[in-house]
This record gives sequence, C-alpha cells and structure tokens, in this order.
Amino acid sequence: MMKREECLKVLARHVADADIVLPVYSAAFDWIDIRPHPLNYLSHGAMGLASSHALGLALGRPDRRIIVLDGDGSLLMNLGSLVTIAAAAPPNLFHFVCHNGTYEANGGHPIPGRDRVDFCGFARSAGYPTVHEFSDLRIFEQQIGALLSGPGPVFADLKITSSGPQERDYSRLHGPHVRKAFRAALATASL
Amino acid sequence: MQQGVSADIRTPEGFLRGSSIIAEIKASRIEFVLSVPDITTSEGLLHPLSQGSAPRLIRVCKEDEGVGICAGLSYTGRRSLLLIQQTGLLDSINAVRGVAVEYALPICMMVGLLEKEPGIPPRQSRRYGVRIVEPILDAMGIAYHEIEEEADVAKIRPAIDDAYAQSRPVVLLIGRRPS
Repeated sequence: MMKREECLKVLARHVADADIVLPVYSAAFDWIDIRPHPLNYLSHGAMGLASSHALGLALGRPDRRIIVLDGDGSLLMNLGSLVTIAAAAPPNLFHFVCHNGTYEANGGHPIPGRDRVDFCGFARSAGYPTVHEFSDLRIFEQQIGALLSGPGPVFADLKITSSGPQERDYSRLHGPHVRKAFRAALATASL
Repeated sequence: MQQGVSADIRTPEGFLRGSSIIAEIKASRIEFVLSVPDITTSEGLLHPLSQGSAPRLIRVCKEDEGVGICAGLSYTGRRSLLLIQQTGLLDSINAVRGVAVEYALPICMMVGLLEKEPGIPPRQSRRYGVRIVEPILDAMGIAYHEIEEEADVAKIRPAIDDAYAQSRPVVLLIGRRPS
C-alpha cells in the first residue's frame, strides 16, 4: 500500500505543464497543494462524474493529456463510464483510481464490497486496453513515466492507505473562481 | 424560455421530421451527440445520427454521464447535445443541478417525452411522468422549448446558440415521434 500524498508527489513529477488533471475529493485536496495549477479541473460536481468530464475534455482537446485521479467510491457511482470511455477510446485519457476502500470525504465509511471489489477487473472487462495496479511506491515510480508516455485510455488502480481527516474547504474545488481560472488557462494554452 | 404554455392549438395529425431536426442540430454547430436510447426519438433521430459521421455519436451508459461529458466538452469550445428520454432527465437531476445550473454551463439536452399524447401540451398530459417535467424545469430555472410540430424546429438553433452565449443549460422537449 502507498500513501496517497507520496504517490501523488511521484505522479506530479511526470505531469507536464500542459496536462489537464481532474482530482476527486480527498485526492483533490492533496493534489492542489502538490501541483497548484490552473489546469487542474476541480469542478466536476459530485456522484462520481469526474471520469465523464474527463472524457469530454479528452474528446474536445485530443492534443492534451487528460489525467483523472478518481476516488474508489466515486468510480463505483459511475462504473458505466468505464464502458463509455473504453468504447470512445480516447488515446489521451489516463484514469487513475485512488483506492483506499473508504468514503473518506463522507465520514470514513467503507465502500461496498471493500475486500472484494476488483477495479482492474472492471476496467479490463469494460475494454480498457491498458490496465495496471500499483501498491508499491517504488514500482509506481519506475513505471509511471512510461505509462503516461503510452497511448490511452489507460486505467491504473492505486492501492493507497486512508489519510484520515483533512481540512476541507470545498470552495477551493467548486468556487466560480476555479472554473474561471481553468477556462482562461485552457483558452490561453490554445493560442 | 417557454414557460406556462397554455393549451395551444395543435393537431394530433401534425408531424415532425427527424431530418429537419438533424439539419438544425448540424446548423447549431453541434459536434458531439451523447445519447442513451429514447423510444420517442429512436427511429427519427438516433438511428439516422448513428449512420452519419458528424456529429459524432457517443453512446453513454447513463444520462448523468452525458451531462459530465458535455461539461468537459464545453470548456474546449466544442458543442454537444445530450439526446435522452425524460426518464433519464429525471434520473440525472442532481447532475443537471450541480453541473449545468450551479456551474452555469451550456448543457443542451434534447429530451423525448415518453408516452406524451400528440397534440396535448405536456402540462396537460394524462401521464404523470410527462406532466411533471416542465414544472420541474421551472423550479430549477432551466429554459426549455417544446418541439412537436415542424414549425417548432426553428426554435432549436436559437435555443442552442443562446445556451452557449449565456453559458446556461437548455432543454428541448420532443413531444412526438419524428418521422
């Protein structure tokens, strides 16, 4: 098992300035401190829709890498998106799930089927051509560069430990200034 | 926004051409159609759309996925349309609430009204599932337009243009099966 913050710090070293990143809930609060950047897409609502927003971005901006840092509880709410993404097959979409078996943002309750659910199995069955599971930070560090250099869609299950209570100011994710900054950054980057 | 529509003059024998709607969709610069099949629009819209290359059809598993995809696309400057049934719209209310309304994004939805009686305004339908749609949209502050006769097709392009110009959602209610 990896610590999420350490895992995301490793990932951040391989994220380019032009990449768009969609971190979800607890990962979002870690990520925006690790990689504060206007191309973090933070306002994807609730109920697991981040991967769907990511597909829209991937279809609309095929020139950019789109990286989703999904939550396991979030993905369980939108499992159909695995099928939709695999069918649409955007080569620029990289779908990570931060898998700690916990609804960390909602009181630390376990996700259903916590000890049995197989996200890689879901992704393979849905048709993702590339599927990985990481639970060792050293191996993740060795492989993440190549994984992000290859064609998508890619799915990776990041086995992490729960980080416990965090201070969460949701205006950092859902405030209008966040969307305005993202829109401006994407438009500027289009020039 | 068409709200509080009274019992207007409509004929059950009226008609609506799928080809006219598709022409308007294309004229509205829609590049992507996201859809879960809807029985009202299946033959007249979805089948023909599935046979063309533009707009690109993305089949989604559930309607709220489509709301998210449309949202992502909206930031890239690519226009999209979510083609669904009102049952799917009702199922996606939270996504529409959060993503379309509260984030103020141009989510354009074309919604077939399952079991709506031709010639009867949606609010006067005997079907509970039809009757409640417009009041719900009113409560959410979402613009909508009824598309039931061929003359209504002209509402589509201005409605979509307005949604993008104002960055807000719009719903186009398809009240009969397009031919």
